[in-house]
Amino acid sequence: MLLSVISLAIFVLVGGYMAAVRKVAPPKAALVGVLATLTAVLPHLGFVKSPTSFFPLFTVVLCAVYALFALGLNIVVGYAGLLDLGYVAFFLFGAYAGGWFMSDFLVNVNEDISVRVLSPASKLIPGVHLSFWMVFIIAGVIAAIAGVIIGAPTLRLKSDYLALVTLGFGELLYEVFRNGDDVFGINLTNGTKGIGPLDNIGSGPLNYIPGFDKILLVGASPAKYYIIVGICALFVWVSLKLRSGKLGRAWMAIREDELAASLMGVPLMKTKLWSYAIGAIAGGVGGAFYATIVGTVNVDNFTFSFSIIILCAVILGGMGNVWGVILGAVAITWVNYTGLTWVGEKLGVKPSSFWSPKKWEFALFGLVLVLMMLFRPDGFLPAARAKQVKKAEASTLAAQAGAA
Amino acid sequence: MAQDLLLDARNITMQFGGLKAINDVTFTIPNQSIVALIGPNGAGKTTFFNVLTGLYRPTEGSVTFDGNPVLKRPPHDIASSGMARTFQNIRLFGSMTAAENVMVAMHPHLKSGVWSTILRLPKQRAEEREARATAKELLEFVGIGGTDDEFAKNLPYGDQRRLEVARALALRPKLLLLDEPTAGMNPQESAAFTAFVHRVRDERGITILLIEHDMKVVMGTAEHITVLEYGAKIAEGTGAEIRTNQRVIEAYLGKGAAGGVA
Repeated sequence: MLLSVISLAIFVLVGGYMAAVRKVAPPKAALVGVLATLTAVLPHLGFVKSPTSFFPLFTVVLCAVYALFALGLNIVVGYAGLLDLGYVAFFLFGAYAGGWFMSDFLVNVNEDISVRVLSPASKLIPGVHLSFWMVFIIAGVIAAIAGVIIGAPTLRLKSDYLALVTLGFGELLYEVFRNGDDVFGINLTNGTKGIGPLDNIGSGPLNYIPGFDKILLVGASPAKYYIIVGICALFVWVSLKLRSGKLGRAWMAIREDELAASLMGVPLMKTKLWSYAIGAIAGGVGGAFYATIVGTVNVDNFTFSFSIIILCAVILGGMGNVWGVILGAVAITWVNYTGLTWVGEKLGVKPSSFWSPKKWEFALFGLVLVLMMLFRPDGFLPAARAKQVKKAEASTLAAQAGAA
Repeated sequence: MAQDLLLDARNITMQFGGLKAINDVTFTIPNQSIVALIGPNGAGKTTFFNVLTGLYRPTEGSVTFDGNPVLKRPPHDIASSGMARTFQNIRLFGSMTAAENVMVAMHPHLKSGVWSTILRLPKQRAEEREARATAKELLEFVGIGGTDDEFAKNLPYGDQRRLEVARALALRPKLLLLDEPTAGMNPQESAAFTAFVHRVRDERGITILLIEHDMKVVMGTAEHITVLEYGAKIAEGTGAEIRTNQRVIEAYLGKGAAGGVA
């Protein structure tokens, strides 16, 4: 009952605001209202609470994390047009930052280390236990620095060459972290064994919201859902504001014609590094958050296929359109984590059977990508710009045909 | 004398493997002048532009622009110091609007940082408003007012050429390099362009160097003409001097024709 009242209130507020203040057409305002309401109450819906439904909370939260990754990659690929096949690097740094600063792991480096800042972790556990919110910032900063360090040599390259070198960097980091359990005698990454278990996290400033859990256990919870959705919203804001400003124009100019951009006074390296750094921050923060929901940091999560999945999300959703890439990320994550298994169950196919949809995952991915390229090359929700350019082009052609 | 020179390129040689695209060319541009670089196809004119704007680093020689050495500086830095150009094959940012194209070139002059952009601070908003107004004004100046929100690639060919000039002017250049600006224009448009070049110099005080094949335009605008052939400077002087120069006539029409024309 309470849920329906809250839902209605949110719908009326958001829909009303869009229609009355932002002057959006009523059907569109209603759609925005429905989506906002759904986003707000999602973790309280029956099917999300049930772990065996087609869209359980754990998958919902993962969808939001992947949406954050896709938003980050969208800045690099969608806005600046730099094909990055090594986005996994930033995810990796973020997750390890989570592992280092929210577990007992750093005892391996120095036995006496014991730091505790606003963390609900037990006093009995040694190691570094920082507040989750601090780790967030640290993860973002580490990833941004990594972005600049990786970008400085690679961003001098263009198109395909850049793609190959970033791919190489991603693979290289995977190997470094996999073998990082003995760096001159120091265990930095625990190698293939991984780091864990991670701390439960405090909800920090959200403590004061009634009904919000004070301590957020490893795994998914409604509170964590709101945190990650909040971060995504922040990133959407940042993306939209940057796109329409000086930096966004410089990114687009580089995407359109790098040489002309540089001759118009746009510093190529600096502008590209900004896109890398900002994209990396999303990857780093998402990585740290991911670590707190799975509870461990395992190097096998950071393979090339991650970069490809995020890239697919960006391309499927609509490069350059924040709403598109969110949709793409949610769709791909759902299919990946729950969808295929769920469909298999509904069809009555055993997971071990040859016909289990899960086994056909990559074939289906490939098929969908090919179909998209054939029928909707600009993605589910193409960037407004791409749509308008096409429309204007068509009308110009029509006018020319008419004149001739 | 030295201060009167906006650009001073000395003994420029540009070698690509075995090919000397530019061979020991010395070239100066006085402040507030309109000069032209002409020559048959493949003479090295565009290569020379690319050396000046920092795209190529010459094998030998030095370039001084506005009192400062140019070589070894990245292209965006040279551009920011006041050297703007257009391209022989139009290179606009196709899926950006005309206004956005112009605003890209204001990059060095806009001071707002990332933070003020994200937070949309009043200062940043004022700056953006002003930039948009300047873009509008520049589009009007080059004669394509009202196209602000049209995508560059949807503009007619002639308007695209004009937009390139507007974009270059947004850099607030001291020197404007025009690479075959009237290519593809009809005689009326070319004549209008000749008048426009004078306006740019007279109203805005911008020095202009143009590469041009249309001799009418060259003679109608340039106060000083330099002729290149096979990468070497074969003549320079005023329009009248160039017109009667034997070497130049040979370069354009061949040895046999020289006697006939004269």
